[in-house]
Amino acid sequence: MHIPDGFINGATSLGAGVVAASSLAAGLRRAGRVLQDRQIPLAGLLAAFVFVLQMLNFPVVGGMSGHLLGGALAALLVGPWIGLVVMTVVIGVQALLFADGGLSALGLNVINMGLLTVATGWLAFRFLMIVLPKNSTSILTAGAFGAWLSVVVSSLGFVGEYSIGGVGNASLSTVLAAMAGTHALIGIGEGLITAGVLGAVLAVRPDLVHGARIFGISRADTTLLSRRRVALFVAGGVAVAALLVTVVAPLASDDPDGLERVAIDQGFADEAQDHSLGDSPLAGYDVQGVEGDRMGTVVAGLIGLGATFVAGVAFMIVVRGKRVRSNH
Amino acid sequence: MAGTHTHALFVHGDSELHRLPASPKLGALGLFVLAVVLTPREAIGAFGVHAGLVLLGAWIAGLKPMFMARRLLIEIPFVLFAIFLPFVGGGERIEVVGLSLSIEGLWGGWNIVAKATLGLAASVVLTATTTVPDILSGLDRLRVPRLITSIAGFMVRYLDVIAGEMHRMRMAMLSRGHNPRWIWQLKAYTASAGALFIRSYERGERVYYAMTARGFTGRIPTFDEKARPADWARALSLPAIAWFAAGWGVVAG
Repeated sequence: MHIPDGFINGATSLGAGVVAASSLAAGLRRAGRVLQDRQIPLAGLLAAFVFVLQMLNFPVVGGMSGHLLGGALAALLVGPWIGLVVMTVVIGVQALLFADGGLSALGLNVINMGLLTVATGWLAFRFLMIVLPKNSTSILTAGAFGAWLSVVVSSLGFVGEYSIGGVGNASLSTVLAAMAGTHALIGIGEGLITAGVLGAVLAVRPDLVHGARIFGISRADTTLLSRRRVALFVAGGVAVAALLVTVVAPLASDDPDGLERVAIDQGFADEAQDHSLGDSPLAGYDVQGVEGDRMGTVVAGLIGLGATFVAGVAFMIVVRGKRVRSNH
Repeated sequence: MAGTHTHALFVHGDSELHRLPASPKLGALGLFVLAVVLTPREAIGAFGVHAGLVLLGAWIAGLKPMFMARRLLIEIPFVLFAIFLPFVGGGERIEVVGLSLSIEGLWGGWNIVAKATLGLAASVVLTATTTVPDILSGLDRLRVPRLITSIAGFMVRYLDVIAGEMHRMRMAMLSRGHNPRWIWQLKAYTASAGALFIRSYERGERVYYAMTARGFTGRIPTFDEKARPADWARALSLPAIAWFAAGWGVVAG
């Protein structure tokens, strides 16, 4: 998800630009030791690979498709520092040459899709490998988990930026639940693909996988996760998504954000609510007829997730029908 | 997607904007986008000035309205989010043809649509009048680290090659009856992505050896002309007006 201009205010965007630039400087310094000037072509080819991978759609459900962020995968394949530089270049080229993501939001996009995905994917991988046995199955497992977490953390980065400098004043808990919940689902795809690609590379050129090289793994015992592991991984991701929507979101909404707080203090909150969305079935994200505020929010959140999902599938079936015909 | 052929963004022409060196154009684009983002959303007049400047640029470059419109389509997902905002936004609400809309959300939605469209349109004007190698050497002249511009240069140069590689693999799979619809059919996708990585890596190694054999020292020579102060003055006149409009919007608001 590329943030365009005007989505986050100017001051926050500039601050993010400074953070992104300094992380890039650190990445360049550390990558320079490994990469040196002479291996520039290699890094360029890797950037082209990530760019193309982001264009390649994979199937999700009923013809709905998604694409890879690739930060965690890049970190595991070429190491975190080169991975960071490569991801930054990809995002920069997308913004400047393809107008994908706003120029003023470049720092924000680098943080979310570069810095956070690479750092989260790599750190989660390293932490898991401390406890897991040092073999190729563990590489795939830890890589899948790191990739899943990288997507969730990336979406939290967006929520954080939105809460600091977002425009539009949608309530923070709504944004948090929607983003983290859906990305816990999207992350399942990222995790499975990361493990799959790692397995495919391990099978042929295990020496090219940085994450395997540092543990001295030069041979792949297995190149696929077992069915049981995949099932556990998917179930875990779904469970976290459900947990985020049902537990975290209502907890967060107990603490009203700025404007609501002002409204309550001023004593016109009740009045305002009466003629806002009063008659809509999902009024204020509480389902009427369900007992208790919290329970109502939970059900509303789940209905929201479900409705988004159904709308997405329906949309993709329509679009896909066209695309398939024009392909053949 | 546009990524498969990188020259698709450039529109051949011989306008004032085409002839201007890349570095002042890049500087002007950056300053213009910054002015747009910093403009308070209530300053409708200032947005009118910004839009006028973008249209002026497109007119000087000789870009057709349909071309601009087509390139602007990629922002649709965010426009959808912006449309969503008036319904979920908090604060005071107003009735518009039977719908209860948040005033704050309406302003937020307008803010996103206006700024994203202006920023996108301005970059479209730049990429339509500047070739990719020119943009990269322009970035070089603006003191972007050499390592970054060099990596980006190789990336852009080999984008077509890697995309072609991927396209051939996809065609091979399609012609063997591959038409996945569900996530548990991922294996073929991951296998081809893995193969793509290995091919990219090995090609990168080969390119590096080939270039070393031909005397590559880590620097790619640039051949673009250096921008003169007059070029900068002409390029910066547009964002100067935008900054004036933005400043006027801040003071008036």
